[in-house]
Amino acid sequence: MASDTHAVTARRPHTERRPHTERRSRTGRRPRTGRAGLTALAVVLSAVSVFPVLWMVVSAFKTRSTVTDGKLIPTEITVQNFVYVFTEVPFARYLWNSFFTSAVITVAALLFHSMAAYALARLRFPGREKIFMAIFATLLVTAPVVLIPLFLVARELHLLNSYAGLIIPAIFNAFGIFLLRQFYLGLPKELEEAAIIDGCGHWRVYWNIVLPMSRPILSALAVFFFLANWNAFVWPLVVTNDEALTVVQLGIASFQTQYSSNWNYILAAATVAALPMLALFFTFQRQIVESIKTSGLK
Amino acid sequence: MSSVAAPDRTATPASESVRRSRPPGLSRKHREWVAAGLFLAPDVIGLLLFVGIPMVLSVAMSFFQVSGFGSYEWVGLGNYERMMNDPLFWSSMRITGLYVVVLVPVLFCVSLGLGLLVKQKLPGMGAYRTMLFLPYVISLVVVGLLWKFMLDDQVGVVNRAMRAAGFDGRSWLGSPSLALGCVIAVMVWVMMGYYMIIFLAGLQEIPNEYYEAARLDGAGPWTAFRTITWPLLRPTSFFVVLMATVAAITGGLDLVFVLTNGGPANGTALAIFYIYQQAFGFGEYGYAAAMGSFLVLIMVICSAVVFKLTRGGRFDDGE
Repeated sequence: MASDTHAVTARRPHTERRPHTERRSRTGRRPRTGRAGLTALAVVLSAVSVFPVLWMVVSAFKTRSTVTDGKLIPTEITVQNFVYVFTEVPFARYLWNSFFTSAVITVAALLFHSMAAYALARLRFPGREKIFMAIFATLLVTAPVVLIPLFLVARELHLLNSYAGLIIPAIFNAFGIFLLRQFYLGLPKELEEAAIIDGCGHWRVYWNIVLPMSRPILSALAVFFFLANWNAFVWPLVVTNDEALTVVQLGIASFQTQYSSNWNYILAAATVAALPMLALFFTFQRQIVESIKTSGLK
Repeated sequence: MSSVAAPDRTATPASESVRRSRPPGLSRKHREWVAAGLFLAPDVIGLLLFVGIPMVLSVAMSFFQVSGFGSYEWVGLGNYERMMNDPLFWSSMRITGLYVVVLVPVLFCVSLGLGLLVKQKLPGMGAYRTMLFLPYVISLVVVGLLWKFMLDDQVGVVNRAMRAAGFDGRSWLGSPSLALGCVIAVMVWVMMGYYMIIFLAGLQEIPNEYYEAARLDGAGPWTAFRTITWPLLRPTSFFVVLMATVAAITGGLDLVFVLTNGGPANGTALAIFYIYQQAFGFGEYGYAAAMGSFLVLIMVICSAVVFKLTRGGRFDDGE
């Protein structure tokens, strides 16, 4: 059995670049017990990793009296918790706020970062390296540390309690610029140069040639930015206190303080907040993983 | 500065025909400068406004007492003096230190182990990778809520399982040291998939030929790991340690908020949590800024230490 599946895996085309001829002989010699042990380990660890999420989702479908019964398979299933969450608090509004802000941030960030990255990778101008280093240095300044002065800046700019306040400060981060610049440095220049010779302006080169070529990395970053902003909690907490502007993470956090021991409701709310990200993850898993890989390799 | 643009000077005459069709007054070189300025403007202005200025402001504010909304009073080093004598701040620093010293190595080892495991060609490995990464996509607020449920003294599934196995249940979030351990464990659970992927990418960069050669020389898996994987993985390891350290010093606010709210008995009040409390709980913006600046200093020192220890993640030992 083990050798059969191994033959199948060995023949399947891999995404890795390395030739697999050597590998086959190496793994072929490994004792079957070792492979079985590793598989068992992987199964157990995966189960440990997924269990809490599974437990949350299952518990969200239990009734008030059975939510704490400790059974993985619910004895009776109800969707009443979800109905309650959506009727007791404006949960749909929270979801919309999160969706809207995350979407706008993602689109704006992709546009601005790819523009900046294009300039840093391709255009020649005085001080280019210095500007890049300055942008890169802001990577060290993590958001929580500048939370207080950022709040004061937002207050001066009259951004408190507005969508603009939720959105604008969240757009700018050097991480995206850095990754895109690396990507552009790796693109062949010929097409752009030909376009410049033909009299194209830099904007048209960027818009018609560079942007279409960067679709893979842009889609990876899009998923990543959307995820990060959907999950954001601290900045929305600081910058808004208006019910109409509450994002979903804030919504479930305050829901929890109101319904402290009604776990069936809390877990239903948490499940609704997590579900879009789980769906996004399962749909765009490859893009997410690829963007993380690129960030690690530099 | 001008050397950057110098090569362009020679290219200008060649494109004379293009230049003629453009508005007069700007050479091609200068048009490129203007274009660069326009391309960079949104991000540079944004970063300046929302990262650069706040950073400078953070240090500047630390010398003021900011009372209520808007009135600033110069107190010199007063905030720093207060910080030095604030037992709660030092307790939060001690907790942060403990948190970082435990979290970073544990996270490193777990993620590296997982990376090595999921690199293997086993049936169904794609599914295992997915499941191990899954917790990362869930927000820390949801994570906090769901673990609060699982770790509940009475109804939590963890204590239920312990009692079923014949042990006494523990008050996981009820004792300061256990609660901090829980925060760390939950953080490992959340982040392990992320760093696993980074390690996996690093591991896949190592040519298989090296392992083949080592095997032919009779090296076992441990020797192969020590002599091939570990040294060649150094850039990745450096990156992971640096990222995890910075994230540990300044992150985790969301999780602490929801899971423990800093308690019990301030046992999980990380420095960043205490700073937040001082600023937005008590309106002590100046004092919070002083502590924040101090924390940044610590973070820079830690990054430098990590850099030094791993030699910046270079492959070679000398130079």
